[in-house]
Amino acid sequence: MKQDIILAGVGGQGILSIAFVIDNAALKDGLNFKQAEVHGMAQRGGAVQSHLRLSKSHIFSDLIPKGEAELIISVEPLESLRYVEYLNPDGCIVTSTNPFCNIPDYPPIEDVLVEIRSVKKAVLIDSEKLAKEAGSSRAQNMVILGAASKYLMVGEESLMEFIKVLFKSRGENIVNMNLRAFQLGKEAAS
Amino acid sequence: MTREILLGDEAVALGAIHAGLSAGYSYPGTPASEIMEYMIRASNKEAGFKATWCVNEKVAYEEALGVSFAGKRTLVSMKHVGLNVAADPFMNSAITRINGGLVVVVADDPGMHSSQNEQDSRYYAHFAHVFCFEPSNHQEAYDMTRSAFDVSERFNIPVMVRMVTRLSHSRSRIETREIKKENPICYGQGQDWTLLPMNACRRFAHLVDAQPEFIGLSNESPFNLLDLKDYDKSLGIIASGIGYNYVMENYSNQENCPSLLKVSTYPLPEALIAKLVNHVETVLVVEEGYPLIEQTIKGLFGIPEKKLHGKLTGHLPRTGELSPDAVREALGIKPREHLRIDSSILASRPPQLCQGCPHGDTFNALNQTLEPYSQASVFSDIGCYTLGALPPYKAVDSCVCMGASVSMAKGGAEVGVFPSVAVIGDSTFAHSGITPLLDAVASNTNMTVVIVDNALVAMTGGQPTFATGEKLVQIIKGVGVPEEHIRVIVPLPKNLEKNIQVMKEEIEHNGLSVIISLRECIQKAKKKIKKGAK
Repeated sequence: MKQDIILAGVGGQGILSIAFVIDNAALKDGLNFKQAEVHGMAQRGGAVQSHLRLSKSHIFSDLIPKGEAELIISVEPLESLRYVEYLNPDGCIVTSTNPFCNIPDYPPIEDVLVEIRSVKKAVLIDSEKLAKEAGSSRAQNMVILGAASKYLMVGEESLMEFIKVLFKSRGENIVNMNLRAFQLGKEAAS
Repeated sequence: MTREILLGDEAVALGAIHAGLSAGYSYPGTPASEIMEYMIRASNKEAGFKATWCVNEKVAYEEALGVSFAGKRTLVSMKHVGLNVAADPFMNSAITRINGGLVVVVADDPGMHSSQNEQDSRYYAHFAHVFCFEPSNHQEAYDMTRSAFDVSERFNIPVMVRMVTRLSHSRSRIETREIKKENPICYGQGQDWTLLPMNACRRFAHLVDAQPEFIGLSNESPFNLLDLKDYDKSLGIIASGIGYNYVMENYSNQENCPSLLKVSTYPLPEALIAKLVNHVETVLVVEEGYPLIEQTIKGLFGIPEKKLHGKLTGHLPRTGELSPDAVREALGIKPREHLRIDSSILASRPPQLCQGCPHGDTFNALNQTLEPYSQASVFSDIGCYTLGALPPYKAVDSCVCMGASVSMAKGGAEVGVFPSVAVIGDSTFAHSGITPLLDAVASNTNMTVVIVDNALVAMTGGQPTFATGEKLVQIIKGVGVPEEHIRVIVPLPKNLEKNIQVMKEEIEHNGLSVIISLRECIQKAKKKIKKGAK
């Protein structure tokens, strides 16, 4: 039993927060995990990705081999396509449809969405709308985590527990807003 | 025994703390920064040991040497190119009689994710004749760091732990062991630490004589694993560090893996290598970094009647970082099926300066100031502002190593570059910019140094800086730059015209000028606002 996941987005969009929640939930559920992330120069508004591996048995490589990932979870549509070659042929993309345009040659968003939909299993989520509904557009990462939750091999209860841990220091309102974002994402994907 | 989720860097830090660490020193640099960040967090929670950012890696290493002299255990950490800066104390400390355990952790950056080269620190360990550990996972990072202190005190040498980006910045779970007490204070002996030729010759001979013992330690190390398969003698693999992970990733279980030697210590375990090589017809060497093991085994003439495959033969890529896929190909296993899309849609998204970053305003002013000069050169340095090389700014012409902006501007100016401009951050200036500025003062070189002072080591995640604001001005005055040519500007869009005027005046001044472009890093300013709002 194993699951390889690519987390994708743009530096500053909070993919390491998604990773924190899944990592800790995996540990609680008794799974092994390895999660390779990007620090330093690449964090500055560039494309960022994290390789997250969950398994009941020992995990060797910190990097996922091409074709082994089951899931791409992306907070940005163009970024969801950047790592497609890591997906196995039956792999699934869960992504936000809201572009983060900080480059001059961002392709037309319609073309990006068409390309994403060409993948057999693609879940497209208007994360900005749902995050605002939950209370803040900053919670888009938790919307996307919620949308991906039913595909993850870690339990929903564990995920929610560590969303609480992650935002605890920011106060109860922020915790509840992020839990709402998670639920809205989950409902939108089902 | 407790279980913790840690970055590879943090596992190193915790291993050191649990080994009875008395003091840790470092200068920020990706991918090594998180070692010291963890130590500082831990030292704030539990008193006992010191953990300090230093002004540069050389200083950090020498401070660690003082701790070792006093008989206490110490760790000094840095990125690979940081060891170039600390090479002087590192090489010479190998000749001293290290007293308290001294472990130098060097994090290499194969693939140059956030570096200007991908040099392999194992060569430095070889160069200095010291012992080196190369962990492949988090647990080993913790365990080997602990062992490194024991080896350091057993042989009285500094010991290296070589990390790489993929391990430094990967998270996993480790199990910790008992916590050791600090060493009591116990001074080193003068004749073992005073490297006058008579002492140094004796100490170096001792170090060379000890090499067979180091090799023996490698041969017997529990971290080096040899598994010979009797049923298949065609292929054998020598894999070190995370190269081992990529090999194992490609075999569904250890049973179907060919004969394999996992190398985790240097100098190389010669007896184990001989056993593997004698057992098989073809040897594949899988190592992250330069082909050190491969080249050592090959020598000038190779091994008679054996084939040796690796980076030198093109079976693995010579540059960049390894991957499970590259190793799979070298193992001759069919690639996995994977999804494909039309990749022409993938516009690249390089890193860039943050929205509202003060460096952007400095570069706007500098670009407009230099527009009338067709022969201007802007020598840059290492930090966020190196991104000024990319569009939309395209404002800088060089970035080589810490401090080189000031020295290169001086050299250029001396042979006719005009305007000759250096751009350097406040932390890089403290690290390596003061000494070349002293040089420029001595010759009153016709050049302009722009210090982009954002009051932070920003690129590596926001560590404190040593010389910012008024303190920085005082240092520049102290170095001897004439007061009327030390100008402070505030890089904001509303100040653009004013700032251009200042830059013009100082460029036209026939002599040395320093312009301090002072505004706090936007990330730090945002964090302050967030904290205030709470």
